[in-house]
Amino acid sequence: MTTQPETAASTGAETSRGVPNQPPAAAAGPTNKPSGFAATDVLVNEFEDGPDTVQRAEATPDELQPHADLGLKDDEYERIRQILGRRPTASELAMYSIMWSEHCSYKSSKVHLRQFGEKVPANTRMLAGIGENAGVVQISEKLAVTFKVESHNHPSYVEPYQGAATGVGGIVRDILAMGARPVAVMDPLRFGAADHPDTARVLPGVVAGIGGYGNCLGLPNIGGEIVFDPCYQGNPLVNALSIGVLPVERLQKKEATGVGNVVVLLGARTGRDGIGGVSVLASATFDEEAEQRRPSVQVGDPFMEKLLIESCLELYDAGLVSGIQDLGGAGLTCALTETAAAAGTGMRVWLERVPLREPSMSPTEILASESQERMLLIVTPENLKAVLDVAEKWGVWATAIGEVTAAETDGTPGRLLITWNDHVVVDVPPGSLADDGPVYSRPLREPGDLILLQADRAETLPRPSTGDELRATVLRMIASPNLCDKTWVTEQYDRYVLGNTVLAQPEDAGVLRIDEETGLGVALSVDGNGRFARLDPYEGARLALAEAYRNVAVTGAEPVAVTDCLNFGSPEDPAVMWQFAEAVRGLADGCQQLGTPVTGGNVSFYNQTGAAAIHPTPVVGVLGIFDDVTRRIPMGFPPPAKAGGDLLFLLGETRQELSGSEWAWVTHEHLGGRPPKVDLAAEQALAALMARASKSGLVSAAHDLSDGGLSQVLVESCLRREVGAKVTFPEDGTSPFVYLFSESAGRALVAVPRGHDKAFTALAAEFGVPCTAIGTTSEEAALDVRDQFTIPLAELREAWSATMHDLFSGSAETGRSVTLELTDPKKPGGPIGS
Amino acid sequence: MRIGVVTFPGSLDDGDAARAARIAGAESVRLWHGDADLHGVDAVVLPGGFSYGDYLRCGAIARFAPVMESIIDAARGGLPVLGICNGFQVLCEAHLLPGALTRNQHLHFRNRDQWLRVEATNTAWTNRFTAGQEILIPVKNGEGCFVADQKTLDGLEAEGRVIARYIRGNPNGSQRDIAGITNEAGNVVGIMPHPEHAVEALTGPSLDGLGFFTSVLQALAGASADGQLAGGQQR
Repeated sequence: MTTQPETAASTGAETSRGVPNQPPAAAAGPTNKPSGFAATDVLVNEFEDGPDTVQRAEATPDELQPHADLGLKDDEYERIRQILGRRPTASELAMYSIMWSEHCSYKSSKVHLRQFGEKVPANTRMLAGIGENAGVVQISEKLAVTFKVESHNHPSYVEPYQGAATGVGGIVRDILAMGARPVAVMDPLRFGAADHPDTARVLPGVVAGIGGYGNCLGLPNIGGEIVFDPCYQGNPLVNALSIGVLPVERLQKKEATGVGNVVVLLGARTGRDGIGGVSVLASATFDEEAEQRRPSVQVGDPFMEKLLIESCLELYDAGLVSGIQDLGGAGLTCALTETAAAAGTGMRVWLERVPLREPSMSPTEILASESQERMLLIVTPENLKAVLDVAEKWGVWATAIGEVTAAETDGTPGRLLITWNDHVVVDVPPGSLADDGPVYSRPLREPGDLILLQADRAETLPRPSTGDELRATVLRMIASPNLCDKTWVTEQYDRYVLGNTVLAQPEDAGVLRIDEETGLGVALSVDGNGRFARLDPYEGARLALAEAYRNVAVTGAEPVAVTDCLNFGSPEDPAVMWQFAEAVRGLADGCQQLGTPVTGGNVSFYNQTGAAAIHPTPVVGVLGIFDDVTRRIPMGFPPPAKAGGDLLFLLGETRQELSGSEWAWVTHEHLGGRPPKVDLAAEQALAALMARASKSGLVSAAHDLSDGGLSQVLVESCLRREVGAKVTFPEDGTSPFVYLFSESAGRALVAVPRGHDKAFTALAAEFGVPCTAIGTTSEEAALDVRDQFTIPLAELREAWSATMHDLFSGSAETGRSVTLELTDPKKPGGPIGS
Repeated sequence: MRIGVVTFPGSLDDGDAARAARIAGAESVRLWHGDADLHGVDAVVLPGGFSYGDYLRCGAIARFAPVMESIIDAARGGLPVLGICNGFQVLCEAHLLPGALTRNQHLHFRNRDQWLRVEATNTAWTNRFTAGQEILIPVKNGEGCFVADQKTLDGLEAEGRVIARYIRGNPNGSQRDIAGITNEAGNVVGIMPHPEHAVEALTGPSLDGLGFFTSVLQALAGASADGQLAGGQQR
């Protein structure tokens, strides 16, 4: 099954496989432009007698080229001509359009993302950071973990199943490329209104895609988010996070070093899928033609990826790999240019050697294809045979497609020379594609409606006051789409495979055992709140960071590092760009203060349909470490050990903070005011307290307070293990309503076994964390709030569990058509008025 | 005692099955799908996963792997074989067990902690349980709905070859709530839920899964004691 080329240097016209690799160019692609192949169909048939070559480019300098169709601006096109000293060939033009796209070049975000480096807190753990495929954090003398979150938003809207599935596949290959074995995934998901017909098309497909791919890869899905808001109607956010583990010495590099080394393409054969993914799908605003973009979505084969993982790990352990890079967005174009540019070397590639699913593919299509489950390896000639043998063992294609060439004699980096059946189709300096893309300092302007929006505070809305009204509000809130039971989704994911899952959703954080001997483990949480960020992007980003940090901390782990996925509208809108700049500034400042460096992540712009941008949605993942994972703290109240149950303490300060809250949204469809105050010093104190309490075994359960406030936390902690609670709020002027529904940050609810309470409260005082006794767990299967209401657990569960099932059961298989509906600009949470 | 765990391309729970065997006190031996040699193991586990990507039909390709030829022969000779999830599907495809496992009735992959009632304790893999014992084991599959014709089902019931049933809810629509079955000799068992994921307090919902692995050790001990082939008949 493995293709064995004669030698790397020979111009192999045909591989031993016998698949014809020399199609007549006339046969390449249909003559009429089909919708979808936006990146290449313009180019394929331009020359009936063969592909566009460097020779031809030099001979026909004035040839008109469709750079605009490929998303290149006129001045960008001019720069390409300057770099090359001639017009680009069709293939070169496609490569520049891809590598200089927003998705690959970060041309709008670069100037802001620098802050993550400038403000990076002192730390000794980071082995690899921003710019690598994923950040790597050392967690013990011998072991490191690598983790990253990425977006796959547009593909998942166009084709929910494959879009979401390949989102998982892509992030897992990033982790694999660092030398790690992927050990888990998480999925923060955001959809339009829960009851919108198109949500019933998108959500079941996305969930099935994530499960279909992740389950088949054998990766436990240990957490994530499921959020509904009308602002995501035309633009669901499908982010995917993966984490992997590696022995420190197995860390891999992407540099294509060593002149004469062989360039090997490993994995699936290359097809026409995903062409134009990054340039067309990811880097442009959506329009009504979105449906026609399906051919730009990749198609996943998780079985192939599983084989790819096992073969790569075997290659690493045998020390056979000099350099490696995954192929995802931008396919070969990205992998070839980045590996060469990183090393400053040149590269010679014989494109006709690339194993194809579709023999009639043009060189441009081969370079632009985003076919999944592929890796690019740099191996020494001596190791080539051994590498091909490993691939053979696992039944994976491996083909030597090129070799590393020397830098220029004057010391400048080498060139990337690509031929296709002896036609020179590409001859460029790789750095010009990978590193020297355009950088824009886009105009920023605060959204015109922000002042009015912030003035419209939720604290002034009518509130429930009587016990009966509070009771009804609790039941209504827990049944609302954002707060209800998400089991309908999470039970479609395997959380047990690999046998190291200590905690998984619905717990605050996913917790994994990393080392069976020592009990070394990690905790991971990923959080975001688009409404808070809409009201104040700077504070919204810090709130997302604080929540993820807190979620990790309440399990008893020590938070150490951050990854982020920044989902925003069009950077060409100054108001969106302002939101982005503010959010990045907030996240960078927050990470500096918390001492948790941003190790990597991803920016997703153009999340808008027409004029309606999504809420600015920075999604933040925080990694924590356990020296001994057996001391993790779960969220569920334990069945009462002693009569009277465990004592309940509310940690942190509860303020009258309702703006941007779930309560304001669910009961008043209101979004306005300012988000809750962020006090990162208080978050650190809470984290330190929880870590110490976990080490001394003082706490039997802990649950972070965020969306829905204390009401939500009490219900979830009761229902987790069917244990009731009796709650009494102190007479301190704070109303039961505020205690129940305020979303003040920096808080957690803990259950402390009787006998440990004195030690715990003393510890809380030592760390300066406000600690309020609010009741006990109880043998009675009910949630009782003194002088207010009592709700049997059965009634709570019924209200909490029914929603998702009622909304989505049965809809998974009904193929519904795309119905684009822009969010109503007048509604709160609508698009920016600018 | 040496328990072999087979790795097919796409096997996922092979490491977990090996861990479970070790925790039960056995030596675990990894077997490769392409190698027909069973390396003298005393029992074999076909683990969960998506062998060959579940392409064509779950277990349909794995059934033809070189290692399976040897396992099929040895199983007919009495070698204790446990098929978990995908392994159960392979055993059905290999005709070591009757019936078939089809798409869950609700059409979704489903992962939950599932209560089972152990029905038959005279097999190589269930002799450490008591008849009627209720156990909690994770179930996770997309195609776990056991089906067979009425005659076969009646036969299984009459011969006491249904080893475990789903209780407090049937997660996939299996006929007669069947979660696992055995062959006539009681040495080959297929079960859809995952005992290997219920062997440690830290990572599982219970320790109930351990019983399957300690059972085979007892069966093997008994067998070596009275020189019989492992299996349930002697009890």
